[in-house]
Amino acid sequence: MEDNYLTVSALTKYIKRKFTTDPHLKNLWLKGEISNFKHHSRGHMYLTIKDDNARVQAVMFAGNNRRLKFQPENGMNVLIRGDIGVFEQFGQYQLYIQQMEPDGIGSLYLAFEQLKEKLSKKGYFDEQRKKELPKFPEHIGIITSPTGAAVRDIITTIKRRYPIVQTTIIPVLVQGENAPSSIAGAINKANQITGFDVLIVGRGGGSIEELWGFNEEIVANAIYNSQIPVVSAVGHETDMTISDFAADVRAPTPTGAAEIAVPSTLELLHNVSSMQRSLTRIISEKTATASQHLNRIKQSYAFRYPEQLIAQKEQELDKYVERLGTAFNHERRRKDERLSGLNARLEALHPRRQIERTIKDLKQLNKQLNYVMTKQLEQSQDRQQNSLEKLTLLNPLETMKRGYAITYSSSGKLLKTVKDAAESDEITVKLSDGKLVSRVLDIEEEKDGEG
Amino acid sequence: MEKDSNLSFEEAMAELEKIVEKLEKGDVPLEKAISYYQEGMQLSKVCNDKLSNVQEKMTKIMNEQGQFESFEIQEDE
Repeated sequence: MEDNYLTVSALTKYIKRKFTTDPHLKNLWLKGEISNFKHHSRGHMYLTIKDDNARVQAVMFAGNNRRLKFQPENGMNVLIRGDIGVFEQFGQYQLYIQQMEPDGIGSLYLAFEQLKEKLSKKGYFDEQRKKELPKFPEHIGIITSPTGAAVRDIITTIKRRYPIVQTTIIPVLVQGENAPSSIAGAINKANQITGFDVLIVGRGGGSIEELWGFNEEIVANAIYNSQIPVVSAVGHETDMTISDFAADVRAPTPTGAAEIAVPSTLELLHNVSSMQRSLTRIISEKTATASQHLNRIKQSYAFRYPEQLIAQKEQELDKYVERLGTAFNHERRRKDERLSGLNARLEALHPRRQIERTIKDLKQLNKQLNYVMTKQLEQSQDRQQNSLEKLTLLNPLETMKRGYAITYSSSGKLLKTVKDAAESDEITVKLSDGKLVSRVLDIEEEKDGEG
Repeated sequence: MEKDSNLSFEEAMAELEKIVEKLEKGDVPLEKAISYYQEGMQLSKVCNDKLSNVQEKMTKIMNEQGQFESFEIQEDE
């Protein structure tokens, strides 16, 4: 009985084989909405495809999703080509997606819009970063297919308009899988080679798929990073590519790019002759004006009657000479006066006067001194005479000559009063011509000195 | 005037335009104006020569080795 049971693995294998061999589950086309979208780090995409009533698990391996032109998102309606298979481990059937396209809108268009938005946010299309094309380029690099109509249009237009410019073609693949790297590589290479002052990048018209090389990020990066200004000319006027947005100038067609990149020699020649005419006209007017001015001057009074001018000048000169003389004399007088004043002041301050004054003072002083001295001497003589007279008057000898005598005690003491002597005392009476040695015989005292 | 022929076309044109502008302003002294005029005519001749008489430049193409070769337009795509 046990042998009738199947293992889970055997059942799953059986079912898987059924699924694999069913032609309706091979290469089927499915339409639905994406949900539970997950882009695994290893590159595989896991998602659910659903409609209003049902859902199916799906996987798109990295090998397949690498070629997607758009980024799948939840809620996006898609058209899918793939196979139904069984994931044995989970016993679950699922859709293995080979190819996926957005439903209702072309995947390329969607990819274009997505990249455009992304690069726009990064500032790739900002007007202020766009470089100006040189007015008169000297070397133009043409990055396109060397065999297409575009290269012919560009070169013939350049040769017609501005044959003096050097042109160099940098050949690239303009469609197919390798086009983007080829175009980007050429732009980068052109930037390494010195000498290009403009790059024209483009190709002729074609389907969106054919123009797709110019919608890749790698090309946009190369254009964005180019140091040389880039003119983009992809397809026809109505075709817009990412390259057109990223370029410094967008041309409607390759012929248009050539017209934008170079000026027209005819127009320039016209400009140059116009400037030549302007120069000639201006200088003619200028010289005519100058001649008129000169003639006016020649007709002037001064030129017609120069002797009058001289006479007038001579008269003026005389006046000036006269004024000069007056001014000179006036000045000289002023200077003389000043000198005299100074001389007088100097004379007044001469030391001789001071010496004379001093001598005079000295004489005066001498005179005074003599006078004072004489006076002094006379006074002294008078005083001396006076004193002498007084002295003479007081001279006791003189008194004695008139009869007065001086009496001394025996001891030589002057006797002034009778009381200085006693009776019998020996006394000496001195007279003017000698002395008398005497003896006191009697003493008679007188009252009040009478005697 | 010898150095004028060494000017690039762009430089010569720019100089010429400047001279015409200066002269058009009208306040240039006569002597200076004559010298400007002579310089301007010389420059216009340089521009003219560069535009009319210079031989056509060759178109070149870069080969796979990165060298330049002369290029002829192929009439058939």
